[in-house]
Amino acid sequence: MIALLLRDLRLAFRAGGGFGLGLAFFLIVTVLVPFSVGPQSDLLATIAPGVLWLGALLACLLSLDRLLALDWEDGSLDLLATAPLPLEATVSVKALAHWITTGLPLVLAAPVLGVLLNLPGPGFSWLLVSLLLGTPALSVIGTFGAALTVGLKRGGLLLSLLVLPLYVPTLIFGAEVARRGAVGMETSTPLLLLAGITAGAVALLPFASAAVLRVNLR
Amino acid sequence: MPMSRTDKANTFWSYANPKKFLATTERMLPVLWVLAFACLAIGLVWGFFFTPDDYRQGSTVKIIYLHVPSALMAINTWLMMLVTSLIWLIRRHHVSALAARAAAPVGIAFTLIALVTGAIWGQPMWGTWWAWDPRLTSFLILFLFYLGYVALWEAIDDPDTAADLTSVLCLVGSVFALLSRYAVNFWNQGLHQGASLSLDKETNVADVFYQPLLVAIAGFVLLFVALVFYRTGTEIRARRIKALLARERAQEGMGR
Repeated sequence: MIALLLRDLRLAFRAGGGFGLGLAFFLIVTVLVPFSVGPQSDLLATIAPGVLWLGALLACLLSLDRLLALDWEDGSLDLLATAPLPLEATVSVKALAHWITTGLPLVLAAPVLGVLLNLPGPGFSWLLVSLLLGTPALSVIGTFGAALTVGLKRGGLLLSLLVLPLYVPTLIFGAEVARRGAVGMETSTPLLLLAGITAGAVALLPFASAAVLRVNLR
Repeated sequence: MPMSRTDKANTFWSYANPKKFLATTERMLPVLWVLAFACLAIGLVWGFFFTPDDYRQGSTVKIIYLHVPSALMAINTWLMMLVTSLIWLIRRHHVSALAARAAAPVGIAFTLIALVTGAIWGQPMWGTWWAWDPRLTSFLILFLFYLGYVALWEAIDDPDTAADLTSVLCLVGSVFALLSRYAVNFWNQGLHQGASLSLDKETNVADVFYQPLLVAIAGFVLLFVALVFYRTGTEIRARRIKALLARERAQEGMGR
């Protein structure tokens, strides 16, 4: 498992591996938002938590079609499926590698971009916490979507369509935590619900992902 | 179950045989069509012309005869797809998978009707076509789920693979649809009234509206059943044609 994780990480960090794609997209979105809505700092402060969450989610979505497709194309996915490691573990490791290369950089970049959007002071820690809790769910759900569409030519659009509604609960609770945190409201309820979604998705979705991957590799 | 394997009596599962399914549904379809249109006609005409205007909403209240049944069926169609997907995954009956496939576009239509009539109703009542109200939002999400489901069916060539993948998507999607329903409730308190129909009589609509509404709902249910039977029959025949063509090609190949 660790070998697989290290392999995925090495591939991602190499040139052309797609590392930084999500991060660059996140940066572009947040930098462009003030140009489109205007530079009033109080307006930006109001929408900052939502924009940062949305940017992180879209950046995550953008990198999903590389998650399994590259391994599918060069045949290593077939090898992984016949390896002694159960497929459930393989997809979990894939999701973890995706989180480390996409989710974690987004989490770390978010506070910096929060400064650009005039995020209120108490919002920073809550934004960090909510993204840290929520992005693993995004990666795991995305892995399921990638496993569903892995065999398809030009599955990218379909992947987005399938994953979009699945992302809704995570986005609602995650952005709610950040929003309430930014205005100093009580955050424990959405935070607990977000944690529940992440825990449930991490625990259960790899089974669904492995099941559809088996069908696709048949 | 105390039934022997040789017992081929009229169990529910015997309809997994496409031939038997087709034979039975073909006999039932004319009756279903007639009943469906009769109920729809009675319910809608009764509702539109023979009920009083609401004292607050005026005549716009009559949209209820389209809005509530279609919204109800939009959700029930997804439930039916969930059940048939489970049957496919567990018992591998092709008819079941095809029924799920046949039901999805019908569900899209119901969802669209509910959304559009809701917008038309919302404009005079709330002064807006659309509000990010929990019920409206959940229906929009449900619509996205339907679109994704149908798109996945269309995108995959191999029918068994498509059936497997869409079934799993339906299962996972159901869980997330439920989650979304509660998430949007949490996210925004809405304009939409509570349930129009429930066993708890207190919150129900008044009786004058209730009776034609029940007839209209019966009409929508029958229409749904008829459409699904019809479309499933079409899917079965389409697959047969494909199999026959493949066999023909194979024989040609052998003769050469």
